[in-house]
Amino acid sequence: MSIVLIVAEQQPDGNLRKASLNAIAAGKQLADKAGAELHLVLLSKDPSRLAEELKGTGAKVIHTAAAPEFEHYLAEVYAPVVAGLAQELKASFVGAASTAQGKDLLPRVAARLKAAMATDITGINGSGADITFTRPMWAGNVFAEVKLTTPVQVISIRATEFSPAAGAGASAEVKSFQPKLEASKTKFVSFNEVKSARPELTEASVVVSGGRGTKGDFKEIEALADLLGAAVGASRAVCDAGWVPNDLQVGQTGKVVAPKLYIAAGISGAIQHLAGMKSSKTIVAINKDPEAPIFQVADYGLVDDLFKVLPALRESIQKLK
Amino acid sequence: MKILVTAKRVEDPESKIKVKPDGSDIVKEGLKYKINPFDEIGVEEGLRLAAKHTGEVVVVSIGGKEVQEQLRHALAMGANRAIWVNHTGPLDQLGIAGLLQKVAEKEKPDVVLLGKQSIDDDQNQVGQYLAEFLGWGQATFASKVESLESDQEKNKVPAVVLSADKKSVQVVREVDNGLATLEVQLPAVITTDLRLNQPRYASLPGIMKAKSKPIEELTPAGLGVDVAPKIQVLKLASPPARKAGIKVPDVATLVEKLHNEAKVV
Ligand SMILES: Cc1cc2nc3c(=O)[nH]c(=O)nc-3n(C[C@H](O)[C@H](O)[C@H](O)COP(=O)(O)OP(=O)(O)OC[C@H]3O[C@@H](n4cnc5c(N)ncnc54)[C@H](O)[C@@H]3O)c2cc1C
Ligand SMILES: Cc1cc2nc3c(=O)[nH]c(=O)nc-3n(C[C@H](O)[C@H](O)[C@H](O)COP(=O)(O)OP(=O)(O)OC[C@H]3O[C@@H](n4cnc5c(N)ncnc54)[C@H](O)[C@@H]3O)c2cc1C
Repeated sequence: MSIVLIVAEQQPDGNLRKASLNAIAAGKQLADKAGAELHLVLLSKDPSRLAEELKGTGAKVIHTAAAPEFEHYLAEVYAPVVAGLAQELKASFVGAASTAQGKDLLPRVAARLKAAMATDITGINGSGADITFTRPMWAGNVFAEVKLTTPVQVISIRATEFSPAAGAGASAEVKSFQPKLEASKTKFVSFNEVKSARPELTEASVVVSGGRGTKGDFKEIEALADLLGAAVGASRAVCDAGWVPNDLQVGQTGKVVAPKLYIAAGISGAIQHLAGMKSSKTIVAINKDPEAPIFQVADYGLVDDLFKVLPALRESIQKLK
Repeated sequence: MKILVTAKRVEDPESKIKVKPDGSDIVKEGLKYKINPFDEIGVEEGLRLAAKHTGEVVVVSIGGKEVQEQLRHALAMGANRAIWVNHTGPLDQLGIAGLLQKVAEKEKPDVVLLGKQSIDDDQNQVGQYLAEFLGWGQATFASKVESLESDQEKNKVPAVVLSADKKSVQVVREVDNGLATLEVQLPAVITTDLRLNQPRYASLPGIMKAKSKPIEELTPAGLGVDVAPKIQVLKLASPPARKAGIKVPDVATLVEKLHNEAKVV
């Protein structure tokens, strides 16, 4: 039986990257459609705890490898191990969430396997040998259906398009393997983490985002976010100016989010921004300019000054609670 | 120091992209073209590195005759010379990276700078394929710590930093939840993120000079690369349209709608 191999990602803090659960769900869907088995691979200094956590996600086998070299992710160290395992298993598909790591790692794995790859897939179509993928192009203005014609196919998965894999009950078998490690020309130097007490942007059910209209004053954005238990997001203009960390950028080249509620304040709505938030369930736009393109995707638009609107909004929501 | 930089031709990011009714392609009429914004950042970083360490910037583009426009743009910014790999028709990552591998093996640069992604296909793959094909280290999503409006940026200091012994580079990378720093032995592949630098404008003398700078022509056959695509783009479609929203007159109405209609607060 052919195999779909999904890479589970460990965050620098040792926890599972949540987007991996969405990628595993996509892997399960793909395995069902292709008539294949779902396997996972987890590389870590100490994989035992995460392997336990992944047991109920619907995978048949979890392949784990332990090595001190896995402590800090490096494409050059990980790629040969993942590609080697894929070859040994004769996997037909290799995938991962399209996180920063997934996007860095998978093309290197694909190159090693002489495989074609599709980035950021949002859908899986067809069945058996006739599988195709849907993926965005031109900042989400176009969705393409693509077919990869190499013996092994590699995909990165847009997490927001697949519900996370959850407690399938059936326990996966955990198999450890001994990886052959290659010398790396790349060295990890440091990781400067942006710590926040707020929920993670890509996982939050509410996101409050600010644009250049805030002029760098994010106090009202943050206060509303805290009231709603929301994550804070931003447009590129705001990150470029250094007003907030780059990590908060939503868009074509930033994070893709799809919360229940997305509030955009002082954001014009350039296509590159829309590419990262257009799949949100309910969109609210607050902008002084009635012609701002953001109003074309907003379910509820309010034409006014955000510095007037946000405090008032906070007050009336507080009254509801 | 020798730096090889790629310059892909893409639709202007301000363009309105529409799919043809039969889904075979996008509507090309009236579109303007540019150098991929990420590649322009790569050219800028290459120029800064070359200025600091006395080096040469060679720019390469793959495509039909029209990609010479993007090569001329990079030359006008200050690149020393250009390589045009003449090929019409679709190309996938395996083909592009295969061609770039041959060009890199010919040119023997210390660094290859590519965009992290192209803004048309949004694949974010070519740099990583190339690094693996060459057996080099990679640092993707190169960024910088300071704001793009900082004094350092205005003074045009490169963010990719060469080590004292000139054998490696330190690269700050934009990753999930923060910035990671890697040290990569040379030669290395680096892909650029948006916050790496602010590309300069081509000056008028630069544009004049670019006209006489050489463009070398190569072909996939000459480089010995089979570029038959392994990806089939079967059909393009527009994303499902969102249903039209409404404008609300005031905060009270907004909260009422969010509470009773959308049920999100
Ligand atoms: C290759 C490329 C990739 C890109 N990737 C991204 C990306 O991933 N994410 C992204 O966001 N952008 C991206 N961009 C940039 C994008 O094109 C826009 O430039 C950017 O999104 C604009 O940010 P903004 O809306 O905050 O600023 P502006 O366009 O300057 O808009 C500010 C808005 O605030 C409003 N405003 C001002 N004051 C107030 C006030 N007091 N109250 C209410 N409203 C007010 C104004 O009416 C205006 O509409 C990319 C661009 C390129 C070329
Ligand atoms: C309508 C349509 C149909 C298509 N049909 C097919 C098809 O049938 N078969 C097929 O194989 N492909 C097809 N493609 C092309 C394919 O989708 C991508 O072009 C290919 O996968 C490369 O991806 P990318 O350019 O997005 O690379 P990315 O990995 O996003 O690019 C990263 C960087 O690589 C460099 N780079 C990429 N391309 C070049 C270049 N030409 N010259 C110089 N540097 C470059 C640049 O630095 C760029 O910033 C089609 C594309 C479209 C839009």
